[in-house]
Amino acid sequence: MRYKIFTIFILFFILTTKSFALVSVDITRGNLDPLPTAISDFYLDPKLIDNIKKLQLESKIPELIQNNLSRSGLFFALEKKSFIQKPEPAHNKPRFEDWAFIKTQVLVTGKISLEKEGRLRVEFKLWDVISATELSALAFYTTPDNWRRVSHMISDKIYERLTGEKGYFDSRIIYVSETGPKVDRKKRLAIMDQDGYGVKYLTLGNELVLTPRFSPASQHVTYMSYFKNLPRVYLLNIETGIQDLVGDFPGMTFAPRFSPDGKKIIMSFAQEGNSDIYTMDIKTRVVEKLTDHPSIDTSPSYSPDGSYIAFNSDRSGFQQIYTMKSDGTNVKRISFGEGLYGTPVWSPRGDLIAFTKLYRNKFYIGVMRSDGSGERLLTENYYQEAPSWAPNGRVLIFYRETASDSSGRGGGAKLWSIDLTGYNERLIQTPTDASDPSWSGLLSGK
Amino acid sequence: MLFNNLSKVALALVVTLFLGACATQQATTTTKGDDAYTGTETVKFLADGVPDRVFFSTNKSELTSAATTTLGKQATYLKANPTLNVVLEGHADERGTREYNLALGERRAIAAKNYLISNGVAANRIKVISYGKEKPANPASNVLAWSQNRRTVTVKTN
Repeated sequence: MRYKIFTIFILFFILTTKSFALVSVDITRGNLDPLPTAISDFYLDPKLIDNIKKLQLESKIPELIQNNLSRSGLFFALEKKSFIQKPEPAHNKPRFEDWAFIKTQVLVTGKISLEKEGRLRVEFKLWDVISATELSALAFYTTPDNWRRVSHMISDKIYERLTGEKGYFDSRIIYVSETGPKVDRKKRLAIMDQDGYGVKYLTLGNELVLTPRFSPASQHVTYMSYFKNLPRVYLLNIETGIQDLVGDFPGMTFAPRFSPDGKKIIMSFAQEGNSDIYTMDIKTRVVEKLTDHPSIDTSPSYSPDGSYIAFNSDRSGFQQIYTMKSDGTNVKRISFGEGLYGTPVWSPRGDLIAFTKLYRNKFYIGVMRSDGSGERLLTENYYQEAPSWAPNGRVLIFYRETASDSSGRGGGAKLWSIDLTGYNERLIQTPTDASDPSWSGLLSGK
Repeated sequence: MLFNNLSKVALALVVTLFLGACATQQATTTTKGDDAYTGTETVKFLADGVPDRVFFSTNKSELTSAATTTLGKQATYLKANPTLNVVLEGHADERGTREYNLALGERRAIAAKNYLISNGVAANRIKVISYGKEKPANPASNVLAWSQNRRTVTVKTN
């Protein structure tokens, strides 16, 4: 399979107005009133050729933007049928009284026109209805079949303008698709857009695959596979589909991740009952041993600047979370609460570490600061684990399993997401059962 | 008089509550204690009288006395059949994080391997693999199933 990359040219148009906007969204507050938002259909330049008109982008693009913003829990999209102004005048000269009448606070309008050589120009504007000002205006140039990416990028721009935080909509999720009975599960690597669209399978399912992660540039994936019944870490090029064994270890390697600069893979290597954390430089193949302790050391996670690593160790007798410098020195335990701690993941913002906790037979997803203080549990469940951060460090994706009955039926796994505030817990639709999710960075790389 | 009786009742109440609390405490503790499976369900045999697996307590990889008895029988059997090779598969139950369970399965397989070696089986006859929680013997979600899944299974490879 191939993932075609189309270049998108962004033209920064009119500068945004001063950001004292009466309208803004605070995403750190707990009790949130979603911001009433009106997303108008875009206006289609009548000179567009029929082939493009057939795509109905004038409603498809706003629909995708609306789904993104609604799903974030921060925006409340008003129904199109209540809109008074039509898309073209709304975009060129909005009558703010018409929009205030339906009680929206922000308005999104847009225009789609043809550029040279069959390329599209998609322009959007973000308006503050209350102060009757234009907040943002941007245009994107792209090929028509790349309209989803443009919609996600527009969603990110809107999110960013109103919250002050980077968005997370122009991203992908990789996970393990699961089918079949529990005693003989078939597992395949799958990727999809963060909104669930476009699921593609990257492996055939002939051997177990576990715990995939994107490289920072999102062109590679590392994961663990039981290919030829040898559990090892692999590197997969998403575009070419070529899979390479990572290193030449004489035993099980597992729990792989990329370093923030994408140059190394960090993972665990198990030997004689002891699992230690190693890195391997992808180009030079130089291997470095980072932990040296008879305990189980696994689930490593780099801080976003690459200077520290959080990891899971049972050197105290039970699973706890530790940090160390990226050269393996200065090991410090940071989890001290009741229960077992696992799967630490450092936020892309660097401020928090998310984790799985098992206490009194219940599983929790929680966050703590990188010194272990401020532990906060976000959600409790019969079984859930393995949080992964959205690129803006504000949303977590994880998976849950349900209990199976005494004959082994009924147990299933699904992906869920939750905001850092503990709100907006959502089931993520996947065509099959799903586990081990991992969120990519922003595809545009910023 | 009344006060004496009352205080006795009060004392009885306090003791009952305390014992009740203790019982609850033990029932919800999952990380300590010896809960290795001691039954015969799911157990297969390498040969007459030689069980193919040993079981472990939650989060543990130490061999119980039942485990060493079984492994002793396996060692005897393997020494009597010196051309046989085996792979030891280490497993964990589903009540733990996936990556840690992979490591725990490996530790359980090595524990069994080391015992076989110390009982005279040549190391080059024994391979080891961990399946973590990926291949349960009993797919149910209950305490019994989980105890049956915390295991190291000896499988003949030739």
